[in-house]
Amino acid sequence: MSGHAVGETIIICEHVNKWYGDFQALKDVSMQVKKGEVVVICGPSGSGKSTFIRTINRLEEHQEGRIVVDGIEMSNDIRNIDAIRREVGMVFQQFNLFPHLTVLQNVTLAPLWVRKKTRKESEVKAMELLERVGIIEQARKFPGQLSGGQQQRVAIARALAMEPRIMLFDEPTSALDPEMVKEVLDVMKTLARAGMTMLCVTHEMGFAREVADRVIFMDKGQIVEENTPEEFFNHPRHERTKLFLSQIL
Amino acid sequence: MATDVSQPQARAPRPSIDLIGWLRQNLFSNWWNSLISMALLFLVFQTLSGLFNWIVTSDGWPAVANNVRLLLVGRYPPDQTWRPELVVAMIALLLGLSGGLWRGIPLALAAGFALLILLLGLIALTLPPDQVAPLVPTTLFLFGSTGLVALGVAVAWRLGNLLRWPLVVAWIVLYPVAILILRGDATTAIETSLWGGLMLTLILAVSGIVLSFPLGILLALGRRSNLPVIKWFCIAYIELIRGVPLVTVLFMASLMLPLFLPSEVRIDAVVRAIVAVTLFSAAYMAENVRGGLQSLPRGQTEAARALGLNVVQTTLLITLPQALRAIIPVLVGQFIGLFKDTSLVVIIGLTDLLGMAQAINTQPQWLGIAGGVWRETFFVIAVVYWIFSFTMSRTARQIESRLNVSH
Repeated sequence: MSGHAVGETIIICEHVNKWYGDFQALKDVSMQVKKGEVVVICGPSGSGKSTFIRTINRLEEHQEGRIVVDGIEMSNDIRNIDAIRREVGMVFQQFNLFPHLTVLQNVTLAPLWVRKKTRKESEVKAMELLERVGIIEQARKFPGQLSGGQQQRVAIARALAMEPRIMLFDEPTSALDPEMVKEVLDVMKTLARAGMTMLCVTHEMGFAREVADRVIFMDKGQIVEENTPEEFFNHPRHERTKLFLSQIL
Repeated sequence: MATDVSQPQARAPRPSIDLIGWLRQNLFSNWWNSLISMALLFLVFQTLSGLFNWIVTSDGWPAVANNVRLLLVGRYPPDQTWRPELVVAMIALLLGLSGGLWRGIPLALAAGFALLILLLGLIALTLPPDQVAPLVPTTLFLFGSTGLVALGVAVAWRLGNLLRWPLVVAWIVLYPVAILILRGDATTAIETSLWGGLMLTLILAVSGIVLSFPLGILLALGRRSNLPVIKWFCIAYIELIRGVPLVTVLFMASLMLPLFLPSEVRIDAVVRAIVAVTLFSAAYMAENVRGGLQSLPRGQTEAARALGLNVVQTTLLITLPQALRAIIPVLVGQFIGLFKDTSLVVIIGLTDLLGMAQAINTQPQWLGIAGGVWRETFFVIAVVYWIFSFTMSRTARQIESRLNVSH
């Protein structure tokens, strides 16, 4: 079950509002994440969960409210944003590996150019990470030669290579064939148990039950319910949550 | 036997068709198909036999043979011929070295180049004896250059990766060095007005390609910029240039530019042509690059930014390499177009390959030939243009299929 060693607060979101034109995508979203916590965000499509997770590293801009990540206050200053992005790793639904670079180059790119590490240093680290996610034999291949599950594990290794303090997962298994979901979830579970602070948008309720400390349910841009997995799955409070759970479980 | 039935076939069955079978299947499958095939074959035969007949019987070929020098280097001073020859020799050596080092495409290019100059040398030897004598030094030079290619391949084959960076640097400095060699030193400066023929065509094309490529990339990036001033400048430039024909740009550069400049500043005619071709080509290049950038999924930029790469790093490491890769066919198409478009400089008084052919047509010694010699000269320069364009297009195909492996 859950129960990771939890430390001080590392993400603070207060009254975050976001509009696309006239459409309000996020309505007064407030939440906090503590160091080492694993938080799963779920909800129907269009509920704003992806948008929300993407405001945390400023892939989406919010218009109102306050976001503080690892003590850095999010502002329009690009240096602030870059500082946050260096501490926050992200894994995408569509993997978004760089197709013109080999697996190894994908993983070493950011340490080389952002952290200014030496080639040797970043390659040693990269090989170590690729071994951890179980694809060390594919290091010299190009992403296009890998299966979806393998690509997603490379994407996780690529994000970890920056030694982030927080990992964001934006529906990491939604684009995968069913038989590949498990290999990605296993990597994520290992990561969670190792104490990584994780924020996951996912529909994998098994994963939520097993490793999440908290589950957040969003609908229409709002946080509807927030609870421990135990309570969330067994005693959902809101009608909307009950309906959602009855549809996906 | 029972086991044979479950035995999977090792290979997909391959249709075995001989020549007759192929003809029957593809050209004579039924009566009207046969009729069309016969008609087309007749047409092809007529055309080719007519062409062959003309090539053999025409008495206009001396117009080409006697003017090889003009077609190649224009009115470049004969006693300075060693300058372009030196440049060709340098290219031969570098091609050979590149072929030996990188194999693959460079090796094919080196082999093609060696074969071509060897053929030219051999053709020169087949001419009547009285015409061969003055060509002997050129022929020797051509054979020598062929030898240089072979030497380069052999040397690079041996030395291998040791040559890599020196060779890259050598290719980069080749262009300025070649221009310096052709221009001559201060005392014996060779006016660019004397430059002409294939040499001028190649200088214009190479300059246009080399200069418009980075300029086009900058314009494409500028057009996508968030800064309004840069963005609007780039849009205005691109749309203005794309809205006018190259001839107009050439006229602007050659006739109107001097009006705007103080009278003591005289810009060389060839430089003006290069500037015009570059500015013109850059606008098209920009739109092609922009197309390539737009074809990339948004996720590429997002992933790069999420990793902490800044805008410049994201562009140089992630988006631009992928965009350029995606537009190789378009780029080469544009380079081929630019190469052939340089023939328009005839209008502003430069005698490139096409200009030289026209000049030869009006030489008095061919007036006696019925119908003139323009067929012969134009045929030859068309073949020359074709060889270069075809080489570019084949090379691009090779690069494409090479890069596809990585996707």
